Amino acid sequence: VTRNCCFTGVRRKLHACVVGSGPAGFYTVQHLLKNNKEIRVDLYERLPVPFGLVRFGVAPDHPDVKNVINSFTQTAHSERFTFCGNVMVGRDVMVSDLQEAYDAVVLSYGAEDDQLLRIPGEQLPGVYSARAIVGWYNGLPENKDLMPDLNVETAVVLGQGNVALDLARILLTPVDLLRKTDITGAALDAIAESKIKRIFVVGRRGPLQVAFTIKELREMVNLQGVRTVLNPSDFEGIERVLLENIPRPRRRLTELLLKSTPQGSAGCVGHREWGLLFHRSPVQILPTADGERVGGIHFQLNKLEASGDTMKAVPTGNSEDMPCGLVLRSIGYRSLPLDPDVPFDKRRGVIPNNRGRVEGRAGLYCSGWVKRGPQGVIATTMNDSFETGEAVLEDISNRSASPQAGFESIRPKLASRGVQVVSFGDWTRIDRVEQERGLKLDKPREKILDVQEMLTHASG
Amino acid sequence: ISLKSRELKMRWVNICLLNRDGKPLWMSGRVGETLLNVVMNANGPVEGYGACEGTLACTTCHVYLPTEAYERMCQPTEDELDMLDLAVGLAETSRLGCQVVLKPWMDGMRVQVPKHTADLRGLADDGKMEG
Ligand SMILES: Cc1cc2nc3c(=O)[nH]c(=O)nc-3n(C[C@H](O)[C@H](O)[C@H](O)COP(=O)(O)OP(=O)(O)OC[C@H]3O[C@@H](n4cnc5c(N)ncnc54)[C@H](O)[C@@H]3O)c2cc1C
Ligand code: FES
Repeated sequence: VTRNCCFTGVRRKLHACVVGSGPAGFYTVQHLLKNNKEIRVDLYERLPVPFGLVRFGVAPDHPDVKNVINSFTQTAHSERFTFCGNVMVGRDVMVSDLQEAYDAVVLSYGAEDDQLLRIPGEQLPGVYSARAIVGWYNGLPENKDLMPDLNVETAVVLGQGNVALDLARILLTPVDLLRKTDITGAALDAIAESKIKRIFVVGRRGPLQVAFTIKELREMVNLQGVRTVLNPSDFEGIERVLLENIPRPRRRLTELLLKSTPQGSAGCVGHREWGLLFHRSPVQILPTADGERVGGIHFQLNKLEASGDTMKAVPTGNSEDMPCGLVLRSIGYRSLPLDPDVPFDKRRGVIPNNRGRVEGRAGLYCSGWVKRGPQGVIATTMNDSFETGEAVLEDISNRSASPQAGFESIRPKLASRGVQVVSFGDWTRIDRVEQERGLKLDKPREKILDVQEMLTHASG
Repeated sequence: ISLKSRELKMRWVNICLLNRDGKPLWMSGRVGETLLNVVMNANGPVEGYGACEGTLACTTCHVYLPTEAYERMCQPTEDELDMLDLAVGLAETSRLGCQVVLKPWMDGMRVQVPKHTADLRGLADDGKMEG
């Protein structure tokens, strides 16, 4: 870098930072490093461990999806990259501090909150958010003590997206299959003891509006020892729709649903079952007789009405009570504002932006779920991060600014607060411990659940 | 037959890849290799290509093939179709590069990498988490 300055006299080191080390963060870093050979990038992460939802969201029985960690790790080994783990932006350091220290700041901190139903009874014991359950079986430190009570026969998942099917699948998969995954030991023990016999996955609209994708549905239909229960009357008239010109993904998904009805032929036999229920909106979570915990759900029944391009659920006036002992709310993740200094669209739950440029704030950018909303797979997140990276590089090359010190000027601030910054090398030490523990148990890794323990291993 | 197939395996096939920036890029691979391998061996010219390393768990290896080539190839398996259904910008001749196995007749084939960023803005309901 110094040599560059001497030779040209004008070249200076560009310094950018990214906040959040999930797919959005890493793909943004990757794009910046690859397309500008001068730039240095520092990545700040709240936790001592990287990779966001690839580690804490993606289901343990989908290890192939996590292969993307290999390419992130390769990126992290660049000489122009620094990982600053265990630093929470908005608490340990503010966005304005970062903007002073860097030419560009990219916010990629994801969607860490969950959507509420806002109905009576939602606070009853036995009602959990999908986010918390997913965090629990994937070893997210803040959910390590969740210990959901699985000593019930019937569970209901509210919402019909891929996360809902992930939950149903993990709770119904034979334990001997889960044992070989990186699911936490505590979750494995709880699931081994689980009394759950049936899981209903409930949506407010119909079979043509489900949000899950065919791969996840096929896994459910083929799940060992688990029967698929679908009500044929929900599928009346659907064959006619299939004759119309509908997009291939929706067509194939609907065909598989039809094949899985009792008239169809797909699906396993088994002593446990799962099913899809349609046209139902929860209006109240009902307590047990003693009022101690969840005993059921009061649903309003819906019919569908066309509204623009989509179908809207409207109440029929009828309702239904359904007994159950466990309710999992899976109606979406939600981003939170990180720092009062950063504009935030509360209604849409995103940072207002134009192709990744934060509105009205030069030098500030966003990517991933906090930019686009909590939807889409890793590949979608990748594309939108490349778009943001492009915007950063365009602007940076058009601006002349004074040299920025980057992490060197942030470090003293963190030190004075007593923050132990975790480097990528430190993470590899944590990683090694987890893999060694996993090896003894014949699984890919046994995750460390406690931040303090992570920090102890980080410092070697 | 085994001698012949060994000879075939030694054959090189040239593929022209139209990258996201629209620039053509010539690469070569051996018969029997996958398109994913060819791209990786060419030092990864396509950013983010092959995130799941060919295990049918991403869609980052999505490409458009010429119609004739698409039709001449073996049909995609059910698993590939399931994954393709998630791809942004899915089209008639879409395939996943990790499932495309090079054949001698593919010499000179032009393969296009989708430019997804333009499609992202139109992405309304896909992959949403709720129904
Ligand atoms: C349950 C679940 C399962 C999924 N399964 C799949 C799948 O199988 N395949 C697939 O392709 N996609 C899957 N997805 C989608 C995929 O995970 C997302 O597309 C992707 O993770 C979004 O990336 P992101 O970087 O925006 O957010 P995240 O992955 O959430 O990353 C955000 C990061 O920011 C950090 N952070 C938060 N706040 C701060 C702060 N204040 N300071 C510093 N750092 C902070 C977080 O700790 C986290 O590491 C799944 C999603 C969920 C929820
Ligand atoms: S490389 Fe992931 S599906 Fe082909």
